[in-house]
Amino acid sequence: MKTNAFKAAFPYTIPIAAGFFVLGISYGFMMTSRGFSCLFPIFMAMFIFAGSMEFVAANLLLASFDPAGTFFLTVMVNARHLFYGLSMLEKYKGTGWKKSYLIFALCDETFSINCSVEPPADVDRGWFMFFVSLLNQCWWVGSAAVGALLGQWIPLDATGVEFSMTALFVVMFLDQWETAREHRPALIGLGCSVACVLAFQANFIIPAMVLIIASFVPGYLKWKESRHDVQ
Amino acid sequence: MTFNEQLITIVVVAAATMLTRFLPFILFPEGRRPPLFIQYLSGVLPAASISLLVVYCLKDVHFEESGMASIVAIVLIVVVHKWKKTCY
Repeated sequence: MKTNAFKAAFPYTIPIAAGFFVLGISYGFMMTSRGFSCLFPIFMAMFIFAGSMEFVAANLLLASFDPAGTFFLTVMVNARHLFYGLSMLEKYKGTGWKKSYLIFALCDETFSINCSVEPPADVDRGWFMFFVSLLNQCWWVGSAAVGALLGQWIPLDATGVEFSMTALFVVMFLDQWETAREHRPALIGLGCSVACVLAFQANFIIPAMVLIIASFVPGYLKWKESRHDVQ
Repeated sequence: MTFNEQLITIVVVAAATMLTRFLPFILFPEGRRPPLFIQYLSGVLPAASISLLVVYCLKDVHFEESGMASIVAIVLIVVVHKWKKTCY
């Protein structure tokens, strides 16, 4: 049964692996070319497992020690995981001991697969999502390791390599745009984020999330109405 | 930063990250139905989150210097993505 789930999950992680190879290698490379030992990106990939934050952390580690500031910055940068958790509340129910790992490994890419893909009928959904999460983390840690080793041995200027992360998110945006039934949620996200970046610059994430949630209230009220009409 | 301070920084980042991932599951445990609004949000937040992420990546772009390069790169990404899809 587990083998079925593994076989079903594997192909979905291939595009993620491709993205991770580029992103992870550039991340590992950037870390070691800035003087960190190989172990840094590898352990960060294993225990943080949040690409964008790992890039930010690279800068933090070279700045002055500020644990409180680091904590709040991380919550801000990773605040979108709150949204992912809310979205996966139902789907992660009943997964037993796997649930802790499923939640720990809930990165952007795993979220995009687990929230939208229906595994085949004979495949256990909990194991499917587990293997998606696990495979993605393996690709990530592996790529960071490869990048870290390359960075140690190849003295190259790594400026601009972080753009691969932007590329990844742009592609995710396009994918979800193409498959979405309606574009209002994506547009609400875009509008609120842009407005908050203009107003708050670096600290825009939490205001943006608050504004996004507030903007969904009218839609929610309409949706609630239509449910009552059906009942 | 000393090595120990770096270790502490990484632990803080990891802990804060786990907080953002586990908090919804702590606030709304299995067995208790989350409020209707939360259920609605689970449907619409994914799309909004990705928009947020794209804006987050682009906010640091200094449009005066490398801005043009970023814009060209993004246009290329969109073009290649559309083209790759229609080639299947």
